[in-house]
Amino acid sequence: MSSRTLPSRTSNANNRRSNVAAFARRWIPGVYHALASVATSKLWITGVCHALASVATLTWVGDAMAAETPELMFPVPEFSDHPIPTATVPEVQGQIAPLLDVAILFAALCLASYFTLVSRSRRNVLLLTIASLLWFGFWRQGCVCPIGATQNVALAVFDPTYVVPLTVVAFFILPLVFTLFFGRTFCASVCPLGAMQELIAVRSVAVPRWLDHSLGLVAYIYLGAAVIFAATRTGFIICRYDPFIAFFRLGGNADMLIFGSCILLIGVFVGRPYCRYLCPYGAILRVLSCFSKWRLSIPPGTCINCQLCEDACPYGAIHPPTVAQTPAARRRGKRQFGFALLAAPFLVAGFWWLGTTLAVPLAQWHPESRLAEQVRLEELGVAETTTDASDAFRGSPRSVDDLYQSALTRRNDFVTLGGLLGAWTGLVIGFKLIYLSVRRRREDYQADRAGCVSCGRCYWYCPVEKVRLGLISDVSEALPDGRTPGGPLVQLTVGGKKP
Amino acid sequence: MSGEQQTDRRGFLADGARVVGVVSAGVLGGYLAGQRGQAEENRWQIDPDKCVGCGNCATHCVLDESAVKCVQCFDMCGFCNRCTGYYTLDGLDSRDTAAEDLLCPTEAIIRTFVEGKAGQNFYEYTIDTDACIGCAMCVKGCALMNGSLYLQVMHDRCVNCNECAIAVACPSDAFVNVSADKPYRLKRIALGVMRQKAGKSDTAAQKLLGQVHADE
Ligand code: SF4
Ligand code: SF4
Ligand code: SF4
Ligand code: SF4
Ligand code: SF4
Repeated sequence: MSSRTLPSRTSNANNRRSNVAAFARRWIPGVYHALASVATSKLWITGVCHALASVATLTWVGDAMAAETPELMFPVPEFSDHPIPTATVPEVQGQIAPLLDVAILFAALCLASYFTLVSRSRRNVLLLTIASLLWFGFWRQGCVCPIGATQNVALAVFDPTYVVPLTVVAFFILPLVFTLFFGRTFCASVCPLGAMQELIAVRSVAVPRWLDHSLGLVAYIYLGAAVIFAATRTGFIICRYDPFIAFFRLGGNADMLIFGSCILLIGVFVGRPYCRYLCPYGAILRVLSCFSKWRLSIPPGTCINCQLCEDACPYGAIHPPTVAQTPAARRRGKRQFGFALLAAPFLVAGFWWLGTTLAVPLAQWHPESRLAEQVRLEELGVAETTTDASDAFRGSPRSVDDLYQSALTRRNDFVTLGGLLGAWTGLVIGFKLIYLSVRRRREDYQADRAGCVSCGRCYWYCPVEKVRLGLISDVSEALPDGRTPGGPLVQLTVGGKKP
Repeated sequence: MSGEQQTDRRGFLADGARVVGVVSAGVLGGYLAGQRGQAEENRWQIDPDKCVGCGNCATHCVLDESAVKCVQCFDMCGFCNRCTGYYTLDGLDSRDTAAEDLLCPTEAIIRTFVEGKAGQNFYEYTIDTDACIGCAMCVKGCALMNGSLYLQVMHDRCVNCNECAIAVACPSDAFVNVSADKPYRLKRIALGVMRQKAGKSDTAAQKLLGQVHADE
């Protein structure tokens, strides 16, 4: 049975309101009941049903427009002592005052910043991480989160007809502002996605630097794509590919579960893979964190260059002190910087062009473009079968030309948008090259401004910190056998063991 | 250039960047806040006039058991003996209640005899919401007749995803955003009937209307 016969989709029905309708309204119910009771053939009934349904369509829509009392194909009977009930629908639940949501986020950010920067307590950070996972993740079920809010904000900026709830705006902006002052404390212990990965990062291996840097670019491209798709109402891809939403809700479709499980599995060996290589919000926070007023510093006093923290950070976010450069190396560095600077405009231009060629596949992300393609194939007689979407379209009053027109406009838009996405990609790569060619001098072990998520794990390992806490009286007590203060100058192998 | 100077300059740059960052965050927030009068949450809902009963609602919700359920609009129902939303086409003939003769896979539709009138028996079809999985089998069946059965996102279950996973999969673009204080929809025809009913001071209808978003 086709699904096209849903009554109220028919257009122009009032034009067609006719004697047929009047006739049908009076006679059909009785006739149908009589006929149906003698009919035995399934096919036959199907036919009658179809015929009647289409007549009913005319009757209905006409009535809805013309009269106060629409009559139905089979009128609602009047019973002697049985009033017609009204269905009830449940009230909205699970909604807490939006302001409370924001207040809790604010409190969590304050606590997170306090724990990492002032009280320097890894234990409290960890407790807050678990609490955030339970509250924002499992209780509030992961929506709305600052990561996804990026899309709502993008849509609201580009499309004034969309009204974005103030809660969402606050969720987007609060962590950004906190990061500008305290570093990525949001990532450490407020973000439920980060929390999930934080708790399972138990067997982290070091990712080679070059790979780490290259994969890190993916997050920026993802951010660009997410903004473009959100702004054009193509879809909220960050939400669609949210790794853990299916876990938070204890159920979800297979794709989500598989993707989430993969991230979790990888996360055991590669610390926070989503945060480091995919998270579009993390990409913004990385940049802002470079300008933060205060940020986590590992030793509370003078670093003894023992290298323990570098081994402790599961996210490869601790840089060793630099060794003095030879003049030749310095000249080479300057040359690299020059090349990177020169290459940047070419990268932008090249990727711009590449992006414009991607208009068609990008536009296909929009369901309407896919529908238009399917309908075109059907019209050409190439498509073997129809899809649910094309069936639904054929049952709707919308014309094929209108659909084509809108798909065509969208494709043209995506030439520009694809170009922009390409240019953005080129820009990001260019910046990365420039950034990498600049040498920074470090006297001791320092957390990377962008990469450190302020988790405070390194505190647990730093001997200087242990002395501060009074756990030991001298730094040497915390050093494993054979290791002495002095860092990379003393070439020691770690032997895979952590204290 | 001495190391200290360099640090100073860096500190100055960082300060500048931070001020720019905070100001632009403020401007963005202010702009978005100014764009709208007051905060109001959105909810997802199905426009029953657009739904074609494809069945995705049962399978694509992020919840294990879909947040979408069937609703009976009794004021559109014919109370038919031979209900195409209740029976399969084979079942229409035999009209016995063996599972294979019923459309609903979870037997969530309850058929109760109401009255016999003019040689016809009339039955009421009520949805057992707990059992319903939102598969739309009955919706499609009923569409052949009065179309009184329709799907709705139930807001005691829906967790209000930022992007509803069913909306992405819906072939007829039937998912719409409605405001959280009126998060349900009715078919256009039913809206008229319900208003009439509410006019006759029927409290149930008034309550339902209070929950229904109507965009005219
Ligand atoms: S706080 Fe320490 S361990 Fe955690 S990410 Fe930053 S540098 Fe690595
Ligand atoms: S653990 Fe502490 S003392 Fe050792 S290198 Fe790291 S910051 Fe310096
Ligand atoms: S047929 Fe499907 S939608 Fe209808 S009542 Fe049964 S489970 Fe619900
Ligand atoms: S918003 Fe989420 S929970 Fe609600 S119906 Fe859609 S997928 Fe299901
Ligand atoms: S996905 Fe859309 S068309 Fe399919 S049953 Fe749900 S609302 Fe109806």
